Amino acid sequence: MWDYTERVKDYFLNPRNVGDMPDANGIGDTGSLRCGDAMKLYIKVEEIDGQERIARASFQTFGCASAIASASALTEMAIGLTLEEAEKITNDDIVKFLGGLPTAKIHCSVMGAEALHAAIANYRGEEPDEADPEARIVCKCFEVTEQKIRDAVHEHNLTSVEQVTNYTKAGGACGECKPEIARIIGEVLAEKARLASADAPSSEREAAIRRLLEEQIAPALGVHGGGLQLLAIEGDRVVVVMTGACSMCAGMNTTVKEFVEKTLQEQIDEDILVEVGG
Amino acid sequence: MGSLVYVDNNATTSIAPEVLEAMLPYLTERYGNPSSLYRFGGSVHADMEQARGHVAELIGASDTEIVFTSCGTESDTTAVLSALATASDKRHIVTTAVEHPAIIGLCEYLETAGYTVTYLPVDEQGRLDLEQLSDAISDQTAIVSIMHANNETGVIFPLDEIAAIVKQRGCLLHTDAVQSVGKLPLDLRNMPVDFLSLSGHKLHAPKGVGALYIRKNTPYKPLLMGGHQERNLRAGTENVASIVGLGRAAQLASAHMEDEQTRVRGLRDRLQEGLIAACPDTRVNGADAPRLPNTLHISFGYIEGESITLLLDELGICVSTGSACSTGSLEISHVIDAMQVPPMYAHGSIRFSLSRYNTDAEVDYILEQVPPMIARLREMSPYGHE
Repeated sequence: MWDYTERVKDYFLNPRNVGDMPDANGIGDTGSLRCGDAMKLYIKVEEIDGQERIARASFQTFGCASAIASASALTEMAIGLTLEEAEKITNDDIVKFLGGLPTAKIHCSVMGAEALHAAIANYRGEEPDEADPEARIVCKCFEVTEQKIRDAVHEHNLTSVEQVTNYTKAGGACGECKPEIARIIGEVLAEKARLASADAPSSEREAAIRRLLEEQIAPALGVHGGGLQLLAIEGDRVVVVMTGACSMCAGMNTTVKEFVEKTLQEQIDEDILVEVGG
Repeated sequence: MGSLVYVDNNATTSIAPEVLEAMLPYLTERYGNPSSLYRFGGSVHADMEQARGHVAELIGASDTEIVFTSCGTESDTTAVLSALATASDKRHIVTTAVEHPAIIGLCEYLETAGYTVTYLPVDEQGRLDLEQLSDAISDQTAIVSIMHANNETGVIFPLDEIAAIVKQRGCLLHTDAVQSVGKLPLDLRNMPVDFLSLSGHKLHAPKGVGALYIRKNTPYKPLLMGGHQERNLRAGTENVASIVGLGRAAQLASAHMEDEQTRVRGLRDRLQEGLIAACPDTRVNGADAPRLPNTLHISFGYIEGESITLLLDELGICVSTGSACSTGSLEISHVIDAMQVPPMYAHGSIRFSLSRYNTDAEVDYILEQVPPMIARLREMSPYGHE
């Protein structure tokens, strides 16, 4: 158990609250067999001192050590909480509780948080809204929705397809949806950048850099199915994120240095340094 | 049992005590360079040649057909790239969907460099359709590279029939025999294979040494140039101690061949039958195909391989899993995928691979410990309950 923390090992080797719960009044199902892990979370909600609290919780998991540990930890975290408190549990809370998870296993904690939210929704009698465009599945292998990818990119400041795969599993099997994930990353980051640039007054030089990136550099990359998004300008540092085909290209760093940086240096200021953010 | 039960011998093996003993002088007082003129170096050369003879004997080759390399992967790479270099007008390779990553990875690279590759499929038992092999070869085919025995399932491909087909089509044949050398009798005098790769650490020699068999008169271009070593066939100062170790290991493998076919096979069969009897909803992959005598690839339904492997680790039992619960790569091994093992089973795949050092007591220990552990994991699973 090479890269697991002692806490993960403990919750894997001595899992708490295992098994189904015949009298559960909320059940959350996530994952699928095909993706190699699946989780079922049972909760028993009772009114305690006038508040609806999770009196008991148990789980069943088909998955690796970190999936078992995440589910097991989650039940301990949730028991005793009000539904409003439990709803606020995120995958980061599970990761923190376990003292960390290897990057490739982060999705196990995501699955845990989802199972809990699904169980609470199930208790409240809420049905998942199939017509919701936010329910659109991007990664068919692992049934990952566009909203889930957007949330992950937004919350964790993800900038590459690989990072999204680590958080959500999307793109981890056949890889067919990778260009689409890259597009979603680009959109979310563009939104963020727009919000950020609206706040900050930009100098003339900044405006020139933005113009050059938008009018010359991005279209040139677009010819190859790629793109780039400005994240920040801090003095001479220009932080960008590569999107589309560029984000998956082995030659990305060369493109950044030899094309993006050089163009900015030649046309604006030779001190400019371009970095890939994230 | 207290100590380690090592049943992952297709991953690597222990160095046989006799092998270590043979190697030690070359790691201490006999450190001379075999290329040197003085006796202190030159005499080492003679010992290396003796080792070459032992390796040649194990596979029915002549001494001059053996080139020492650094590992099985180097042997594989050398053979394939040599064939492409000596037939530069041919841009096609035929291989299988279940090769070791050493070949698959190389072929995927070659595809990006403009070559086309045919990956022959296997059936659910892991067997090839030889008619498809014959159909896949064209006048554009530079080499056919097909493993002798599969590292995951132990399924053996009919190398003699494959060789007959490939030769009839006038094409070069390479076989990755890393898993079969030392476990199966091989006689290349009666089998028209052009290149064969073997690896030291799979047969109780150390890691970092391998060999490539190159049939006499086969067109050849070295991978490593710039040195006269290995009769100009593979440059680089020889890994003398490990080569001597490989020679000794080859001798020992010949001596234990019978044991491998009988006692080790018996242990494997007992393990297989015991696990199947004690664990319902369990299947043996490749059970109906000819298999290496030491390998058992078994899929436990409803549970996942990493969990099984780590719980076995807690019990001191070392095995491999064919499923990696991670992202960024396919979830189940390409071999299990190619055999179309259903997902309910595929994710719970475990490989036990024995060696001549495993004992009856160890098999007893596994049979006593594994079934309750499998039952415990299944209790945790949302699947498989009535």
